[in-house]
Amino acid sequence: MAAVRTSSEIGFNRVAIVAVLLVTIIFLAPIYWIASTAFKPRNLATTIPPTVVFQPEISPFVKLFTKRSQMRNPPSPEEYAAAPWWERVVFDGGEKIVRDGKGQVQWSGYPSRFMNSLIIAITSTVLAVGMGTFTAYGFSRFKVKGEADLLFFILSTRMLPPVVVAIPMFLMYRAVGLNDSHLGLIILYTAFNLSFSVWLMKGFMDEIPKEYEEAALVDGYTRMEAFFKIVLPEAATGIAATAVFCFITAWNEYAFALIMTNRRAQTAPPFIPSQVGAGLPDWTVIAAGTFLFLLPVAIFTFLLRNHLLRGMSFGAIRK
Amino acid sequence: MATTMITTLDRTSRAAARGLSDMSIRNLFIIPTILFLIVFNIFPLIYSLGYSFTDFRASTNAPANFVGLQNYRDLLNDPYVWSNFAITAKYVIISVAGQLLVGFGVAMLLNRDIPLKGLITTLLLLPMMLSMAVVGLFWKLLYDPSWGVINYALGLGNFEWLADPKMALYAVALTDIWMWSPFVMLLSLAGLSAVPKHLYEAAAIDRAGPFYTFFRITLPLVAPILMIAVIFRTMEAFKTFDLAYILTSQPTAELISIRLYKMAFQEWQTGRSCALAYIVLIMVLAITNIYVKYLNKVKER
Repeated sequence: MAAVRTSSEIGFNRVAIVAVLLVTIIFLAPIYWIASTAFKPRNLATTIPPTVVFQPEISPFVKLFTKRSQMRNPPSPEEYAAAPWWERVVFDGGEKIVRDGKGQVQWSGYPSRFMNSLIIAITSTVLAVGMGTFTAYGFSRFKVKGEADLLFFILSTRMLPPVVVAIPMFLMYRAVGLNDSHLGLIILYTAFNLSFSVWLMKGFMDEIPKEYEEAALVDGYTRMEAFFKIVLPEAATGIAATAVFCFITAWNEYAFALIMTNRRAQTAPPFIPSQVGAGLPDWTVIAAGTFLFLLPVAIFTFLLRNHLLRGMSFGAIRK
Repeated sequence: MATTMITTLDRTSRAAARGLSDMSIRNLFIIPTILFLIVFNIFPLIYSLGYSFTDFRASTNAPANFVGLQNYRDLLNDPYVWSNFAITAKYVIISVAGQLLVGFGVAMLLNRDIPLKGLITTLLLLPMMLSMAVVGLFWKLLYDPSWGVINYALGLGNFEWLADPKMALYAVALTDIWMWSPFVMLLSLAGLSAVPKHLYEAAAIDRAGPFYTFFRITLPLVAPILMIAVIFRTMEAFKTFDLAYILTSQPTAELISIRLYKMAFQEWQTGRSCALAYIVLIMVLAITNIYVKYLNKVKER
């Protein structure tokens, strides 16, 4: 703005800064509430007035990973003393950890769902970004007949509502036995992310000067060598950003996972809500599961902050 | 010019002779992706187009009977389905308008020198990166009439958000506004920072008031990028499934995606749901077409 600032402008700036802080606090409050509930004892999760200051506990996470049952009577002092610390926090809540005949602790459904999410998200990301990088290079450097139509076709496959695609996929998967399998979801997420990865990577490829490869071709590189030795290293940032976006999409996806899986290959997003059944749910356990599930995405958001605009607009806006 | 000539010549002679030709590399790079998308995106749609003309039910072993356009005719005459579309339209308008207001407003506030601006912007972007289903679930606790934080903070007593048929859709939209205003904010910030400073300086010299400056300089220059945000969010809001499905089971908040899901996977009217899916698909393709055309126009500038 103008070099000389009037006092009313400075005053307005102060008001704006306060407003921004207020908005930030409101926007972060739900996330803070998830994180704080994950460390609360159960009786403090649903209080009026809401509990803000409390002694943080690790018990929600112990409960998240184990199968538990209600105890009619409190444990005997010997039993309590013999138990490891993580079992004691469960005792304190009036529950005990379920063990099998050999005394092995029984896991809850959460760790396997978390692992499924990891396996499926990582594999589909590698496939989508791998194929997407090659295809983007093809579109970026060579003349392709009907390029605009093909790119539109590629994008439109991503734009369909998941349920529309899921109906025929469900029938086809059922016919070939891919329902509730890791491979089934990996294929679906790869197809879903591939279009995105082609669009985003094409933008990054367009930014690498053609002269780099042409110089390499003059030096006697083949086109393939030039691609692997010159273009790929130049595109590394773009590939990393695209990969993180694909990972987050696959990691967060709910509708396909809800329809296509029920147990063996179920990922965390349909599993976490399924814990809220009849009766009073233990919100501390749900918060703990949610917290762990959101953590990777929160970290990635910080790493990705400079590419968010570009990724979220399908590469339309670059900056 | 001379160097280009040499490269072109070189490529066809030496390099091309040793490796694959450009043509075969292009095909090798592009065709597998296209094939993959045809097999896993287009083929299923053709498959369901076929079923949309039948009375097939995936829950039984009965063979599918060809019924012609019966499903489409029934759906288009079904007031229930039309009301789902009406609810979806209402939802799209509320949530996109809310996101536009909040997102653009916050961007206007942020578009100045603010301490820790980078950190604040990144923090504000967090909601849209998180899983709609998982975070949406937690909003159930926030909305809870007895011990929800929202009622407590606003002093609303035992106000019903999700259990009240009149309120449920607004509550879902409110959560959506919370999640996606940051997206509009992000785009608006990019637009605002691209407005040339000298325009404001000129306006200041002419003693233009803040309203004049906003409506004559800021808004017209940011409009194209706001338009991208609106089309994109409209498309996404139209498709909304996760958030509404998790938050409420009120019929007044039954968006078209949820109707489709129930028809296909709870009532097992497979044939009819395929037909409804096609009606939805055509609508989405129409919006996508507008969107892509607009994107290309903006990119060219």
